[in-house]
Amino acid sequence: MKTGGKAARPVDCNGISHGLARGRRLFDLLNNSLILVGGMAVIAACALIFLFLLYVVAPIFQSAEVRARSSFPTPGGGGDTLLYALEEQGGMALRVSGDGHAYFFNTRDGDLLKETTLLPAGAGPPVAFARGAPVYGGLALGLADGGVVLARCHFTAHYTAQGRQVTPVVEFPFTSAPFPVTPGGTAPVALGAALDAEQATVVAASAAGGFSLRLLRVQGRGKETDVLFGVPRAPESVVTELPYAGGRISRVFVNERQDRVFVIEEDRFLHFYDISRPGAPILLQKASLVEGETRVRSVTLQARGFSLLIGDSAGRVRQWFPARDAEGRETLRLVRTFSADGLGAITALAPELERRGFVVGDGTGRLALFHATSGHQLLLKQVAAGGIHQAAFSVRAEHLLVAAADARVSLWEVHNPHPELSWRALWDKIWYEGRNQPEWVWQSSAASADFEPKFSLTPLSFGTLKAAFYAMLFAIPLAVLGAICTAYFMAPRLRALVKPVIEIMEAVPTVILGFLAGLWFAPFVEGHLPAIFLILLLAPAAVIGAAWLWSHLPAAARSKLYGWEALPLVAVLVLAVAAAVQLSVPLEMLFFDGSMPQWIHARLGLDYDQRNSLVVGVAMGFAVIPTIFSISEDAVFSVPRHLSTGSLALGATRWQTLRRVVLVAALPGVFSAVMIGFGRAVGETMIVIMATGNTPITDWNLFEGFRALSANIAVELPEAEVGGSHYRLLFLSALLLFLVTFGLNTAAELVRLRLRRRYRAL
Amino acid sequence: MVAHESRQGGPGAAAGTGGRRLGWFRGDDPFIWLCAGAVAFCLLMVSGLMGLILVRGMTYFWPAPVVEFEYTAPGASSVTLAGEIAHRQLVLPEQALDAPPAATGTHPERLLLKTGNRRIYGQDFRRIYSADLQNARYPEELTVFQRTEWGNLYGYLEALEVAGVRRSPDDALLQDLIARGADLRRQLRRLERGEGGRINGALEKLRLEERRLELDEAPADDARYVRLAEQRRTQQERYKNLEGRVGALRQQLERDRVWVRLASGERVEQTLGDILLAYRPNAMSLPQKLGFYLRGVLKFLGGEPREANTEGGIFPALFGTFIMVLGMSVLVTPFGVIAAIYLHENARQGLLTRLVRISVNNLAGVPSVVYGVFGLGFFVYFLGGSLDRLFYPEALPAPTFGTPGLIWASLTLGLLTVPVVIVATEEGLSRVPHSLREGSLALGATRSETLWRTVLPLTIPAMLTGLILAVARAAGEVAPLMLVGVVKLAPSLPVDGVFPYLHLERKFMHLGFHIYDVGFQSPNVEATQPLVYATTLVLVLLIVVLNLSAIYLRHRMREGYRDPGT
Repeated sequence: MKTGGKAARPVDCNGISHGLARGRRLFDLLNNSLILVGGMAVIAACALIFLFLLYVVAPIFQSAEVRARSSFPTPGGGGDTLLYALEEQGGMALRVSGDGHAYFFNTRDGDLLKETTLLPAGAGPPVAFARGAPVYGGLALGLADGGVVLARCHFTAHYTAQGRQVTPVVEFPFTSAPFPVTPGGTAPVALGAALDAEQATVVAASAAGGFSLRLLRVQGRGKETDVLFGVPRAPESVVTELPYAGGRISRVFVNERQDRVFVIEEDRFLHFYDISRPGAPILLQKASLVEGETRVRSVTLQARGFSLLIGDSAGRVRQWFPARDAEGRETLRLVRTFSADGLGAITALAPELERRGFVVGDGTGRLALFHATSGHQLLLKQVAAGGIHQAAFSVRAEHLLVAAADARVSLWEVHNPHPELSWRALWDKIWYEGRNQPEWVWQSSAASADFEPKFSLTPLSFGTLKAAFYAMLFAIPLAVLGAICTAYFMAPRLRALVKPVIEIMEAVPTVILGFLAGLWFAPFVEGHLPAIFLILLLAPAAVIGAAWLWSHLPAAARSKLYGWEALPLVAVLVLAVAAAVQLSVPLEMLFFDGSMPQWIHARLGLDYDQRNSLVVGVAMGFAVIPTIFSISEDAVFSVPRHLSTGSLALGATRWQTLRRVVLVAALPGVFSAVMIGFGRAVGETMIVIMATGNTPITDWNLFEGFRALSANIAVELPEAEVGGSHYRLLFLSALLLFLVTFGLNTAAELVRLRLRRRYRAL
Repeated sequence: MVAHESRQGGPGAAAGTGGRRLGWFRGDDPFIWLCAGAVAFCLLMVSGLMGLILVRGMTYFWPAPVVEFEYTAPGASSVTLAGEIAHRQLVLPEQALDAPPAATGTHPERLLLKTGNRRIYGQDFRRIYSADLQNARYPEELTVFQRTEWGNLYGYLEALEVAGVRRSPDDALLQDLIARGADLRRQLRRLERGEGGRINGALEKLRLEERRLELDEAPADDARYVRLAEQRRTQQERYKNLEGRVGALRQQLERDRVWVRLASGERVEQTLGDILLAYRPNAMSLPQKLGFYLRGVLKFLGGEPREANTEGGIFPALFGTFIMVLGMSVLVTPFGVIAAIYLHENARQGLLTRLVRISVNNLAGVPSVVYGVFGLGFFVYFLGGSLDRLFYPEALPAPTFGTPGLIWASLTLGLLTVPVVIVATEEGLSRVPHSLREGSLALGATRSETLWRTVLPLTIPAMLTGLILAVARAAGEVAPLMLVGVVKLAPSLPVDGVFPYLHLERKFMHLGFHIYDVGFQSPNVEATQPLVYATTLVLVLLIVVLNLSAIYLRHRMREGYRDPGT
């Protein structure tokens, strides 16, 4: 047929349209603009998809912003401040002063709303202070007589007709009386505490006759009543001693689970204790925190109290958390170091309460926002003239309270929606809290509250590539060889039959392929694994064998088969497959101890999943074959006839002509077919959902599954919170798929366009 | 380009046939045959796939014989059981540790037996090694009772109780009573779905009207409140009345019962109203079985799913697919056709056209799940959410259009299938002979008139081809639908008797998703497999028929409009 027809456009008829009626001309105009709109709409649709995905994804890579909201003199007057805390929506805040008073104030102007003392009547100012579990709002105040007061300051919100009402609450979860901790009434020099509604743990350091550590464990709520006597049950408290040998103790911390204690000696060394059995505490490790003249300046526990953040005089913050080493011993490890240009000695360090972010203030009034897990520096900003003394986040880290050296407190609005996502966090190995080494992990949700989502796109992208790789391994030989045969060697009548079959093959919904792969083929493969490998051997052998037999037929019979080879071969292949399946069980008994999957596991040390990459490779190969087949068939078929007839006339054989002439001309087309097929394999969803176990692992093992980007999107997007990091990340996965397929398709299209032009020239 | 249609013979058919026996393996033939082998393997895979689906899907409706046998579980006394053999499987040795000693050969055969009677045995299926099956027999009196809930019941009919009167087992009477039950259930459904649905709809409308009054800050003593309260009372009265009638029907339905003796000896009392079907597969003749088979097929296509989709029919999924595809066609056809006309007829073949062409190619190549993501973000949350804020503020925070639904699914799939229509239409346009266009222009018609009066009518088969292919694609596409509107079990069809009759915002069921859901999300995957195969067969038949008709149409078109100028 003529392809040139497209280029020759219809004759422009403007010249003869002078005498046309207005209606006709209007219709012409209308029609033309409608068609123009239709054409542009296609571009618009394509662009819209891309731009919308980009629009959803873009906020991920925005850095954080802080905006000043208000500033006021320190509420409750001068003096030291032990602690600031912000209410969830930032409207109200708490200051605990050095003399043991709690001041609740309005963050618009610093007006006091409530003032109360946390100490028992007659007690002097506290000599040591510790914060326990910030979300709970626990505090411990050490008194000069060796007693410790456990208190809780928090905010409760309820909704009335006027809107959200916040009430400040000060309570003593056990009793308001101090618990005696240090012996002989010596004043504690440092205090570490963790509190929740059921249990409190306090570790106090005292200096009487060399430094020592004592542990107080309080259990049972004072509000509970005794079942037998009907009177309030006193909380039970136990005091034990922690083994300690060393110099001045400067800081003590207890983790939120109340089973580990961190003690900092001389602002340089760390002692790490296991107190999961308070009666028998164990010193796990002694480590050096800083080098040379550097000293620890500010320390805090990360949200959920798992890791320790240590700010030092050199302007660095280091994150330490417990991990098991090769021998299985638990030790604190230096995991990450954070620093920012021009950040001086750290004077304030405050963690976010839910995410793994934290804020750092230095002696010159600079503020830096970091996210620990992603190692991401989000912000560096001068917020005060003098040094920053204290900082506190609201629960969702949307507000930040900063107290500076000029005795003023300021409230800042923080816009930092996705600190955990950075390019590095998405692709590099990340050392997560609770893991023993840096890893690629995708785990978007879990049941427990102190779970940190782990968003590494590497295992998912790996899964996608793995699926595509095995699919292509299966599909390319079959599709390309098949296409060559159909386009070049096949009788036209058979070709007219084969092409619709391939078209039907392309039309088979992938959900059906996935279903059959997962529920029929996967169990079949598990039961007949040797058969699969046997087919690889037997099928080509049978084909060659059949060809050899055919070459011994009389010439008349042989020539009848020219172009029709494929049909008898179907029967040959049926026999080969049947033979392989029949031989499978005996082979398993003979060579693989009765079961090949078991043998693979025991002898090769490879895991075997029933729904594995082999199954996906075959199923997805089935889905991709028709795409590659049709396009490469087209490429081979449209090689101008005179090229091959010329070659044949010069005495080349059919195969020589194919290899040296036709394929050389058609190769770019075949290549673009493979690219398009690859694009299809990358984006295929249902097969990978249904035929793999969807576990995000990074391993090329043919007998294990994977989790692909596309399957991950389909499974998780319906549950993702709209606008959250997870949601945007799934959009990013979609954008990645879009870009990859866009690149592949555009490249393939350009190759084909060039090819078409070249053929036309020939 | 598909446009190259050469009728030349196989290239070089006569070349290279000399008697080169020696070095045959280094010659042409092995390679040529390997290539042919690749084609043959593809053909084999396609036919194997179709054959597998055909065989597995078709046998689902066949009344399988019910076998009665003695079975001794390890460490228990012997019981007599009855059931259908659902599946035979050879088990790997390491998974067959519990196999009886008689079967500890190589790979023992294990049967999946549907023994039913879930209420008594606690399970529908049992896995039993065929070596354990003792004394297997097929008694003719063994009856299968299909129930609305609790699965099948296998046993012997012992007695009937009709309106409190005990009757001896009588097959004709049993069938009459089952027919009566079916009739009652139909009435019940009509009442609940029809009138009940209307009343619920009206009550919901009243609630929303009241909410809207509140949002408009109408004073509390507004007369409209009184009117609404009055209307609500009327509806509630109607509802009470309906409840009474439904209760009466229910009582009627529970009137009769049947006593069944199980193979294992227990006597079971069963309300007759819950029995859908009772038949004796072992006593059926071939024509009877055929009749049963055909009725089964019809019930499957026209019935509602039962028991969390694991039993019953697939009508809602078929219907949902149909409606969704219809909505999509309305959208995709004009858009695709106009774009194709732009590409082929009007545009100067410049940069812009190339851009459009690249866009079309990419729309065709973008993974379908990306369309789902786009549909969810743009159509559902962005467009739908805006619609809700503008027009349905009274229903918020419950979304009306701001949630996955039929209309968004249609739009998303419309976008997804546009390239299919464009490509097919463009091919059609390129087949319209140039002489026709030139003739029309020469006679004084404008370009638009030529297009509308001459070219487009000739292209209709091409458009139809495109549409058919688009429909076939949409019917099988699942990944995007999972995100934009498909559910496993829709409470109501998108079309019903409640105004406005077509509910574009509703969620719907879809054949492809039904396969995924029943095959992979149901509690007993193996038990539901036959049903999934049957559903798969329906989907495959649908798609094969659509594709074949498209191929046929295209073929006819190619033959029909040969350019007389060439």
